Amino acid sequence: MEQIKTEKELQARFEKCGACLQKKFHCEPGHKAIVVCGGTGCLSADSQVIIDKFKELIKANGLEDKVTANIVGCFGFCSQGPFVKVFPEETLYVKVKVSDVEELFEKDIKNNEVVERLLFVDPQTKQHVQKQHEINFYKLQRRDIALHGNGEINPEDINEAIGNGAFQGLNRALHMTREEVIDEVLKSGLRGRGGAGFPTGRKWSFVPKTDEPKYMICNGDEGDPGAFMDRSIIEGNPCAVIEGMMIAGYAIGAQNGYFYVRAEYPIAVKRLAKAIKELEEIGILGDHILGTDFSFRCHIRLGAGAFVCGEETALINSIEGKRGMPRPRPPFPAVKGLWGHPSVVNNVETLACVPYILREGWEKFAAIGTADTKGTKVFALGGKVNNVGLVEVPMGTTLRQLIYDIGGGIPGGKKFKAIQTGGPSGGCLTEKDLDTPIDFGSLVAAGSMMGSGGAIVMDEDNCMVDVAKFYMTFICDESCGKCSPCRIGTKRCLDILTKICDGKGEPQDLEDLKELSNVIRNNSLCALGQTATNPILSTLKAFPEEYEAHVKDHKCPAHVCKNMMEYYILPNKCIGCGLCMRNCPVGAIAPGTEPAHLPNGNVNPGKFAHVIDPKKCVKCGSCLSGCRIGAITKR
Amino acid sequence: MAKLQPQAVKQITEIVERYKDEPTPTMMILEDIQKEYGYIPLEVQELVSELTGVPVSDIYGVVTFYSFFSMVPKGKYVIGVCLGTACYVKGSQLVCDKFGELLGIKPGETTPDGLFTLDLLRCIGACAVAPAVSINGKVYPQVKVDNVKNIIEEYRAREAN
Amino acid sequence: MSLVNIKINGQPYQVESGLTVLEAARKCGYVVPSLCAFNHGKCSLASCRVCLVEVVGARGLVASCVYPVNEGMEIITNSQKAVEARRASVELILSNHQKNCLQCPKQGKCELLEVANIVGARDQKFMGEQSPATVDELAPGLMRNTAKCILCGRCIERCKEAHGISILGFENRGFKAIVAPAQNRSFAESPCLQCGQCVNVCPTGALYENEEIAKVDAAFKAGKKVIVQTAPAVRAAIAEEFGEPIGTTGTGKMVAALRRLGFYRVFDTNFGADLTIMEEAHELMDRITKKTAPLPQITSCSPGWINYLEYFYPEVIPNVSSCKSPHMMVGAIVKSYFAKKHELDPKDIFVVSVMPCTAKKYERQRKEMPNDVDAVLTTRELAKMIKRAGIVWNKLPDEEFDNDLLGEYSGAGVIFGVTGGVMEAALRTAYFWLTGKEYKEINFTAVRGLEGVKEAALNINGTEIKVAVTSGMANAKKLLDQIKDGTSPYTFIEVMCCPGGCINGGGQPFVKPIFLPNEDDDILETYRAKRASVLYSEDERLVIRQSHNNKDIQKLYADFLGEPGSELAEELLHTSYNAKREKFPVK
Repeated sequence: MEQIKTEKELQARFEKCGACLQKKFHCEPGHKAIVVCGGTGCLSADSQVIIDKFKELIKANGLEDKVTANIVGCFGFCSQGPFVKVFPEETLYVKVKVSDVEELFEKDIKNNEVVERLLFVDPQTKQHVQKQHEINFYKLQRRDIALHGNGEINPEDINEAIGNGAFQGLNRALHMTREEVIDEVLKSGLRGRGGAGFPTGRKWSFVPKTDEPKYMICNGDEGDPGAFMDRSIIEGNPCAVIEGMMIAGYAIGAQNGYFYVRAEYPIAVKRLAKAIKELEEIGILGDHILGTDFSFRCHIRLGAGAFVCGEETALINSIEGKRGMPRPRPPFPAVKGLWGHPSVVNNVETLACVPYILREGWEKFAAIGTADTKGTKVFALGGKVNNVGLVEVPMGTTLRQLIYDIGGGIPGGKKFKAIQTGGPSGGCLTEKDLDTPIDFGSLVAAGSMMGSGGAIVMDEDNCMVDVAKFYMTFICDESCGKCSPCRIGTKRCLDILTKICDGKGEPQDLEDLKELSNVIRNNSLCALGQTATNPILSTLKAFPEEYEAHVKDHKCPAHVCKNMMEYYILPNKCIGCGLCMRNCPVGAIAPGTEPAHLPNGNVNPGKFAHVIDPKKCVKCGSCLSGCRIGAITKR
Repeated sequence: MAKLQPQAVKQITEIVERYKDEPTPTMMILEDIQKEYGYIPLEVQELVSELTGVPVSDIYGVVTFYSFFSMVPKGKYVIGVCLGTACYVKGSQLVCDKFGELLGIKPGETTPDGLFTLDLLRCIGACAVAPAVSINGKVYPQVKVDNVKNIIEEYRAREAN
Repeated sequence: MSLVNIKINGQPYQVESGLTVLEAARKCGYVVPSLCAFNHGKCSLASCRVCLVEVVGARGLVASCVYPVNEGMEIITNSQKAVEARRASVELILSNHQKNCLQCPKQGKCELLEVANIVGARDQKFMGEQSPATVDELAPGLMRNTAKCILCGRCIERCKEAHGISILGFENRGFKAIVAPAQNRSFAESPCLQCGQCVNVCPTGALYENEEIAKVDAAFKAGKKVIVQTAPAVRAAIAEEFGEPIGTTGTGKMVAALRRLGFYRVFDTNFGADLTIMEEAHELMDRITKKTAPLPQITSCSPGWINYLEYFYPEVIPNVSSCKSPHMMVGAIVKSYFAKKHELDPKDIFVVSVMPCTAKKYERQRKEMPNDVDAVLTTRELAKMIKRAGIVWNKLPDEEFDNDLLGEYSGAGVIFGVTGGVMEAALRTAYFWLTGKEYKEINFTAVRGLEGVKEAALNINGTEIKVAVTSGMANAKKLLDQIKDGTSPYTFIEVMCCPGGCINGGGQPFVKPIFLPNEDDDILETYRAKRASVLYSEDERLVIRQSHNNKDIQKLYADFLGEPGSELAEELLHTSYNAKREKFPVK
């Protein structure tokens, strides 16, 4: 590949590749460009086979010079994947199966005929929607900052990234002094997207101006269960993160950057490694970048499955080949970090925002968002919400907009109960908080935190004590074991929550939980421990009555805690088919004495409504999930 | 050490050699060995210790700290039930319990025939298809409790053929 | 060093910059309880969370053991918030600690209990499930009980710092985390030196020596002639167990106490030290003049070092002197020469060694010399026996060792207890044999580029030979690598396992600032020198200062052994080493 060793060469490539990209998006009549989502979610649903099939068909039909097909980064609307998008019409097909490809090719590609049955159907209007930006899920989003290029460019082709503006921000930064770059980022108001929201520019400014080696580290150890923002960003546009890292490296005087990425993200790692290798080959990474004195190299380190490594000092220990146990601070990494040298750890999304700020100028970034927090935030929206996926919204968007307008509300007509943000370190927010604008300050004031961007919606079927127990199980598993409050305290919390969920709770347990939670928060060594009990404290605060029902009445209002609920067959709905009886692993179900009824309400002759023997039932739920007419319920 | 085959010694020496220019290669070496062999027994750790000069206790500490590393061989099929939040709130705990019940093992264990290992996963990013189960990398979407038996049968049948 | 102005609990102070809050507080007269901090009041872990204090302006409470003071800092050690936080940290640790204090080997020496009393920990607070526990009682020297471990990590650092081998490390994570040799093996199944340095720093009863008091009791009960010998380093420290300041000589009172405990004879291991010198100097001369074995010759009296040798440097075995260690020589001589002279059946004799060392417990059980010594007590165990017998230390008279065949000893033997002592003692004799002249002072100087190694050069009949002295295996490694590479410039090397030599052995009284309120702040840095001074002053006090001038030694050779290196001497006083010791034997 041709070298890019000067600014001039970069601009020439930018123009050439930019034109190619434009030609793809706005191709002339008779030409088509097919893009298929290549995110982890869609790949697991065979999107690679889909693209191979398209390529095969293009070849078989001799359309190589008119039709292109390639993968792109995540579209974000994961519950509707795999996606196939066809340019220039921008028709978006959803839930495409391998068996649909021939029809798509035949109709749309060859004959310009939209395949209606594969279009998105709006759940409210029941109308087919042809274009991406017309879908409600996308309407309130702006996916041009952290998710820049996602769903548009081929993440495995650095030319498309360059054509899309990659390294323009770097180029501008290299014309500035280091102080000016830091100042630009400071003025943009960018705050760290990893959780705590520390101003990025200030973090950079702490690095001393000494001659010793310095390191940039990108934290891609996204361990928050239910979050996959960083993975999608790396998968969708690795060059953006690399560029962000280079700008940061220039600003702090580092010559080496380390990407610390979870080993569970093989596709992200592969694409990142490919991009780094190719950028080294063309000279964008290496010595005298773009003809300046700035030299920079990137390295990848794999995380090996420890949530605590998301804590920056633990991450540094991990890169050093040690157990990922956090270090006391001070000294801060900016002064004494990796191998004892000044280091800055920034999260993937933070770094992905940096090129935008440098390319477009701080004013444009600072114009988005609220007084407290500028820019956008990527959320992994999941749980009990219709539209599950990855969204990027301007700061200041309300939780209600996130859940109802973008997320499409709660499925199955169930009632919204809580939204959990901030993962295991965050908290649960309820109905009364729904109009809270999303920014760092407002979420903390409401009793939760931004965290890295997990947003899990819960409905009336979720027991909040059980949810607190879930998070404590996670934290207890993931506690590094170094400091005693977290190592022992979280286990004690889990013991109490388990006792409550087993139906053996007493009112004193709630007092003990509060006391323990506060001790762990005040005494722990690192942020993981200090925030470990947030799920308990926030659910205790928002759902006191639910806890009390558990410890006083020994009832689980959501019918989740096994020892306090039972499965029950509604005698007037049971048709007596016996499916549940056959599904039951312990033989707890048998026909009873009441007659069974047909769906129309008439007695089903010769059949009896089945009943569950609560003494034998192990509460596995096989009967409920197997019953086709919904005659089984929990009580 | 007597237990290691010369071939294994050679391969592990090669892996260590790969990272000779890295300042702190312990994790990278162990990751490669884990990928290559599926587990890292003490004899291998001892060899890595001798080759790198890192004390065995440190290597053992690292192996037992990160869940990616294993000291025992895993089953032919590693069933990973996602217990990420999105999957959990949609009932993946019940799915996990069912796998455990039908296979007669606890999470982290391997069946005596060496066929299945049951693992708990923390979010595999398949939140859209929760609850998700991943078997040797293949993702099963929206797994319900009563699908579990069929999934196990699918692999048992594959073995029988 | 520059000074900074700080306030502690509202009072202004000036302290050196660079101190931690904990150190500064101590200097200003405030003790902040802490458990993980140890190494000169600093620690790198900050894991116990007991030393929390308030610093005005800091986010939350800070761990004073790692937080540095700076100009204008306001520290509050006794606010309600800090006091309650410290109490809660201790209570949480206690909630996962095996609290059978009556059966605890560290009873009375437990820092956790002391700290619990200081912070006012409430009984049974935060109780719940206990972490899975391992009790390791397989090794002859050391024992480990994870149920009492608080994971402070002091032992891990100590092992790494002293020996560079890191036998102990953290394993697993979270509530299942433990401190253990790899794979949670026994000390006996891992390349542990059994030196006991980890025991010395452990704040609780998680690490302790394998006590042999019961064996001694049984020997008395069986009517055996129980003969005791004490190593030089014991007298330099035993008084500490009875509240005396560090650096107090305990020789006379210790001998008196042993006699009152009913021992048949009270001997000094120094006799064995003199004997060792005779044999070792002879061996060295043979190596120099007859080239019987490779040079440099390395001393062999530290069993921790011998363990290190066998596990990590078996190729250096030919360089190591074949001499048994002094107390094993005494055991061998008592059961042969002494028994013969007194017409006793060796089977009726039970030899007890009081040693500053836990590795000696392993050494006495080596298959190469299984019958020389029957029990090894540490200095701490002897103190326990004295206390148990109701003997009041302060009221004891000063008495002399028994002067019966093995009675006399030279100053050369006394200084065996400090690093460099064996070398000096051996050179006094070797020099005399080679030149016919008594040797003057040796001046050791630090070796440049090799930290922890000292060397000296001396001229013997016109030939200059170089000798080196080191302690701590991390330091010894450098000298051993030279031997392996064939680049060692030395003729004779003294190696001691424990840093500072036997006075700092793993069986010596604990030096823990929390129990020593009247000692200076820097006691952890000065106690070795204070103990060593006891031995040096005894050396100077003695008239005979060379082993070869010890009359009882001369008599032993004349009446029994013949001459150094004789066949009988070889049989009784020399041993061999195992070049094929497995580090992790297959289970």
